[in-house]
Amino acid sequence: MRLLTHNMLSSNVKGVVDGFPLRLEAEKWVEKEVELNVDFLRHIFHKIEWKALAGAARAVGYGELPDEADAAMLDAEDFLRRFHHALLEIHVEEGALVCPDTGRRFPINKGIPNMLLNEDEI
Amino acid sequence: MKLKQLEGLLGTLQQFSHPKIELEQYPTGPHIASRLLYTAENTYGDISGKIVADFGCGCGTLGLASALLDAEQVIGIDIDPQSLEVASENAVDLELEMDFMQCDINNLRWRDHLVHTVVMNPPFGTRRKGSDIEFLAKALKVASCAVYSLHKTTTRDFIKKIAVRDFNARTAEVLCELRYDVPQLYKFHKKKEVDIAVDLWRFVPNANQAL
Repeated sequence: MRLLTHNMLSSNVKGVVDGFPLRLEAEKWVEKEVELNVDFLRHIFHKIEWKALAGAARAVGYGELPDEADAAMLDAEDFLRRFHHALLEIHVEEGALVCPDTGRRFPINKGIPNMLLNEDEI
Repeated sequence: MKLKQLEGLLGTLQQFSHPKIELEQYPTGPHIASRLLYTAENTYGDISGKIVADFGCGCGTLGLASALLDAEQVIGIDIDPQSLEVASENAVDLELEMDFMQCDINNLRWRDHLVHTVVMNPPFGTRRKGSDIEFLAKALKVASCAVYSLHKTTTRDFIKKIAVRDFNARTAEVLCELRYDVPQLYKFHKKKEVDIAVDLWRFVPNANQAL
């Protein structure tokens, strides 16, 4: 699971209104290089919840993202590289996603988060 | 990438070893899958550089085809862990990156419009009535650019009506009619191969924002 996917996902437990962001508990992750696409980054920046991305990046030991960001920063190549790296190059292999409202844990095994709910959670 | 080349690569993918009838697990053949994605990319520009989700990805055929056509990020969602395992292996075999998530499409909760394009071969709703419609409703909720989907030709009028009236589709268009060869996977199939007419649809959600 890449951090872009984490940024899309809300807790789906019954009764949860916000459920975003899921807290990332990462035990194992890998980094894989991806070609940097400036147009994509500029476009997607406006849809990304920055605090959630920065928090998830810290959970995998990447503290290079600022706490807050605005579109003007996209002109700096250094910022683009960090944004790109956090969003697309880190893959969480083992760990869990934790619902911020209920504490429900969704395990991540072999890179795949299991978001299946029990019957009483639907 | 040429169409034939795409079809050839998709033909190398592993398919379901023990298909589950309750999930209507039919493989998406390389012929249909390659045409679906090729049209999405070459006619409409909905794949390259985009975030693409494959709903009910099964063994990952449509999602991996999207990755082959340079989608920036592909996410496959399926309820079935065995399918996700095969899909992951297929991604490794083709040296492609694809994210996966185990989830019931009905209970999927994503922030709206972060995904650009949804590609899917949903259950036709013959075993569990309405499952095709549930997939379509969710796809049109999360996608910002377009939804590509296969539905039985017999449901054409109904799909058109419900997509526009109930699911906020701005347009709903049948791109072509295809023959879907369902191989004899299950005991209840009497003939060796069942040929079903299916429509390849393109839906544009009202939230459409050009990249």
